[in-house]
Amino acid sequence: MALTLILIATLLAAGSGLPGVFLGRSSRWGQRVAVGLMASGALAGLAGACLGLTSAQDRIVVFPWPAMGDSLIGVDALSAFFLVPIFLMGGLGSLYSLGYWPQDQHPENGRKLQLFWGLMVAGMALLVLARQAMAFLLGWEVMALSAFFLVSTEDHREECRQVGWVYLVSTHLGTLTLFGLFSLWRWATGSYALLPLASEAVGLGVLNGLFFLALLGFGLKAGMMPLHFWLPGAHANAPSQVSAMLSGVVLKMGVYGLVRFLFLLPDPPGAWGGLILVLGAISGLLGVVFAIGQHDLKRLLAYHSVENIGIILMGLGLAMLGRSAHRPEWIVLGLAGCLLHVWNHSFFKSLLFLCAGSVVQATHTQEIDRLGGLAKRMPWTAGLFLVGAVAICGLPPLNGFVSELLVYLGLFRTITVPGAGGSAAVIGAPVLAMIGALAVACFVKVYGAVFLGTPRDHDPAQAHEAPLSMRAPMLVLAACCALIGLAPGLVAPVLDRAMAGLLPPGSAPFSVASLVPLDTVGAMSLALVAFAGVLALAFTARGRAARRVGTWDCGYALPTSRMQYTAASFAQIIVTMFAWVLRPRVHPPGIEGPFPRAAGMHSHVDDLVLDRVLAPVGRCVARWCDWIHQLQQGLTQHYVLYILIAVVLMLSTLLPIDGFLSRLFAR
Amino acid sequence: MMHILMHGLLLLIMPPLLLGVINKVKAWFGGRVGPPLLQPYSDLVKLMRKGMVLSETTTWVFRFGPVITLAAVILAGLVAPMGRFAAPVTFTGDLIFFAYLLGLARFFTTTAALDTGSPFEGMGAAREVAFACLTEPALFIALLVLAKISGSLTLADMLHGPMSGFPAQAAAPLILVAIGLFAVLLAETCRIPVDDPNTHLELTMIHEVMVLDHSGPLFGVILYTAALKLFILGTLLLHVIAPFQTGLAWLDWSLFLVQMLLLAAVVGVVESVMARLQMRHVPYLLVAALLSCGFGFLLLIG
Amino acid sequence: MTSLLNAILVIVLVMNLFALAASRIRALIRIVAVQGALLGAIPLLVPQHVALPAVLMVVAAVAIKGVVIPLIMMRALRDAQIKREVGPLIGRLPSVILGAAAILFAVLFADQLPLADQHEGVLLVPASIATVLVGFILLTTRVKAITQIVGYLVLENGIYIFGTLLIEALPLVVELGVLLDLFVGIFVICIIVNHINQAFSSLDTRQLVSLKE
Repeated sequence: MALTLILIATLLAAGSGLPGVFLGRSSRWGQRVAVGLMASGALAGLAGACLGLTSAQDRIVVFPWPAMGDSLIGVDALSAFFLVPIFLMGGLGSLYSLGYWPQDQHPENGRKLQLFWGLMVAGMALLVLARQAMAFLLGWEVMALSAFFLVSTEDHREECRQVGWVYLVSTHLGTLTLFGLFSLWRWATGSYALLPLASEAVGLGVLNGLFFLALLGFGLKAGMMPLHFWLPGAHANAPSQVSAMLSGVVLKMGVYGLVRFLFLLPDPPGAWGGLILVLGAISGLLGVVFAIGQHDLKRLLAYHSVENIGIILMGLGLAMLGRSAHRPEWIVLGLAGCLLHVWNHSFFKSLLFLCAGSVVQATHTQEIDRLGGLAKRMPWTAGLFLVGAVAICGLPPLNGFVSELLVYLGLFRTITVPGAGGSAAVIGAPVLAMIGALAVACFVKVYGAVFLGTPRDHDPAQAHEAPLSMRAPMLVLAACCALIGLAPGLVAPVLDRAMAGLLPPGSAPFSVASLVPLDTVGAMSLALVAFAGVLALAFTARGRAARRVGTWDCGYALPTSRMQYTAASFAQIIVTMFAWVLRPRVHPPGIEGPFPRAAGMHSHVDDLVLDRVLAPVGRCVARWCDWIHQLQQGLTQHYVLYILIAVVLMLSTLLPIDGFLSRLFAR
Repeated sequence: MMHILMHGLLLLIMPPLLLGVINKVKAWFGGRVGPPLLQPYSDLVKLMRKGMVLSETTTWVFRFGPVITLAAVILAGLVAPMGRFAAPVTFTGDLIFFAYLLGLARFFTTTAALDTGSPFEGMGAAREVAFACLTEPALFIALLVLAKISGSLTLADMLHGPMSGFPAQAAAPLILVAIGLFAVLLAETCRIPVDDPNTHLELTMIHEVMVLDHSGPLFGVILYTAALKLFILGTLLLHVIAPFQTGLAWLDWSLFLVQMLLLAAVVGVVESVMARLQMRHVPYLLVAALLSCGFGFLLLIG
Repeated sequence: MTSLLNAILVIVLVMNLFALAASRIRALIRIVAVQGALLGAIPLLVPQHVALPAVLMVVAAVAIKGVVIPLIMMRALRDAQIKREVGPLIGRLPSVILGAAAILFAVLFADQLPLADQHEGVLLVPASIATVLVGFILLTTRVKAITQIVGYLVLENGIYIFGTLLIEALPLVVELGVLLDLFVGIFVICIIVNHINQAFSSLDTRQLVSLKE
């Protein structure tokens, strides 16, 4: 039943963009049909996923695929767990595009967007369902390629095309690695089916090979730190609902791949978990540090995805450590934190990107330092962004706190157990704390600069609140954040179910609820909300009676909105603190002489990997290749000459020159 | 039940007294008589009765920021145990809840500051969030040390130590942690040497500059919250530096009171004998605190 | 029969040199037309092969290479109204010397090849290789689009000579297909010649470099 529903939903999603292709370029009906199909698909898919989460049995259906052996497809609780954000965001994003990317205003690329949106959702659903490597790869490629077309939706912009290419190259690298991974898997196990490997089936060398290939391939998609280089540009330049989907859901397919695959491998060495934990810590810390250095709203959010993937990986690393050390409670806490953060991040990051989208739509800029004072013009967007910001900082009473709490507790458990080394906790806990503080800094900066204060550079009169079709998806996502934050006890059984298949079979059954008092946490969060609400009510009346004057400006006569503290200045202390890794570039104004001309100053933080490593290396290779370019003049005659030379040379090799010469001189 | 009531009462009533003590000590050092000990209470009452003036730029965030901050800090106070008594609310992981409540408080204080659009307040907020990036890890390493020593994940058990009291080999790490925590306390509550609550130049302030535009009852709430934060972090620190207990409930409560006032006096002494650090040197102090806690952890597991 | 074939091949080789030496485009086209027609007739000289399809093939080859393609090219030449001089990149004498060197190389090379008995003593292989090389020389040293076509034609003639070696093995259909390809190719190029002329007011293919990014 669950599988049938999900397959129907997948088909509906895949076909949702098709009718629009046959309709006119500026007809809104194609889009309406697409949204309708996508919404019904999402409802069916969510129903199927809920069924999959509640029903115990794991049904696997065999689809005949002659070329590749039979392909296995099935829903277990883990698949269903990941299907929830896929279909939720698939439906909500489609609805959002009704207001954000209306077909009649974007006749040139609206239909492309609808078509590939549906295909991407379907691809992800397929890859989550797949139990066989080839079906998995099929879904993976459908997702990755649709994402390429979605990222390059606005292909008339140079920058958009550029990031599209970077994305395409990196996703192909990832796919190549996965090809290697599954070929090795096939060689080691003799089949493409993704079934758990027996303990003594393969040697440690092969296991290590499988692990590193999986880490590379899936890590590239997930945006793990050194492999994140494609992510900020792609997410910043796609339409906002696409950015939301990419950040919120598509990255998680890398996490899904890692979780699914690593738990098929038996007896992980402790180094695996340690490596994942360290990589997660690096991603988390550097992700948020780079986010603080950004001036572009969506680019900043994209770097925060790297940070959150880091937190997710820290949970996963802890779980892997637990598997190596045979500590089921570490597995449960780490994995629960990892999985719950997957959900949470998909909710609040999507929410933030959708809010960013409505800001961009209202002001036509995503440069933080040009915005300001939007909270008055766009109260809904501002309020919802605040919810997302509090959630992403991992602050109570919202959902981000719950998943971080799980990871924290898991990390702390590694030192309270006597005899166990505390290195995981020493690396993890302070880093996680620092990430939390930096995230607060970053989102205070964003929220303050974009929504508070007074408008800086844009025309405030033009800013308008987003239409209902855009607000509704944001409201739903904010409600999800609040629900998980205020009633975390509700998700505990879901997490237990999702993890049931991953825990070692012989171990004592630990449930999340038995390890973490989620109900108490929920009650405290509720108490916090209620308390703050009561206090706020008490002050509302006094606030209304307040006199309104200008902001205190130390008596300066002519304050302008340009004098506000900019986001760049706000971040400056932290950027200086982390200058050793951020390497901010400042182009100072050249002010000379007694009557200097108008001067400008700007600064930017380049990406660590793309701009500091890959681009210079690429330029270097290009310079080496320059001399080849001299052969390439575009003159037909030259090319024919090359052919001639090649032919003569090849024929000459057949000539016995030695014999010929000896005959010549012997005479 | 009685202890919970006592906890709540002390939590709500005592904090402004600490400010009074600090001011008194500073006055003595300056050779003045100083304001009466209970002056902060009168200030609060006066502020609560005054009207409010709001900036035209501000939104609801400005008005609710201090209120949400107050709620978060009070809730954090419910989790932190006083003396040898259990906190009213105790659960596994409450230490993280505690730390993140302070984070929430910081989020809304700084957001409210930015709501005014004033460059001074933005400056203060930037300093506040930047320095927190170093105090938070220090706090968490300190918590790690305590968790390692006690083997527990609730704030109460961690601070009270094992049943037999803190073991002997934990003494050295605990001293280092206490030093680190004291620096964290000074930074979080914006006291000298990190920030000077009595300074009068907007450009050099951290906490005071963020609340320039708050007035009347809202400013009262902010003052009260600051005192509350000092009180709560003080209770935390007291567990580490003076884990004494007598066994008699009333004696323990009075011991706690005396210790708390002494701590306030120490803060006052520090404020009197030290100058404020240069703003760019503050991170060094915080990194030193971080290293102190980290070194404590190394001693413990080494 | 072999001597007749060799005679024709020698004529073809000499015509290669003429083609390199030609100074007028019209003359060049005529030389290549005659060369093509002569070569088209070669299958008739392979004795065991005179059958109806072969005859048809010969007729088609002679007609296309000797008549149709030259006509098309002449027409393109007239339409484009270009100067009649070939305008080579290197002088005519060096071209001829290069061509002679190519023939020498071809003969030397052909000596080294192990051939079937029936082809011993026949100039087919050296003539083929020499013609191909001369075609290349024409292509590299002539700059006008029309002369480029001539170069391709000579190149193709060389390949055609090589094809006659395999005349027993190669189905006629393939030969006809090659012929058709050639015809269509030349046709298209002649159309392009006009377009190049319109776009650049010259047939100098060096102008096309400006299309490079």
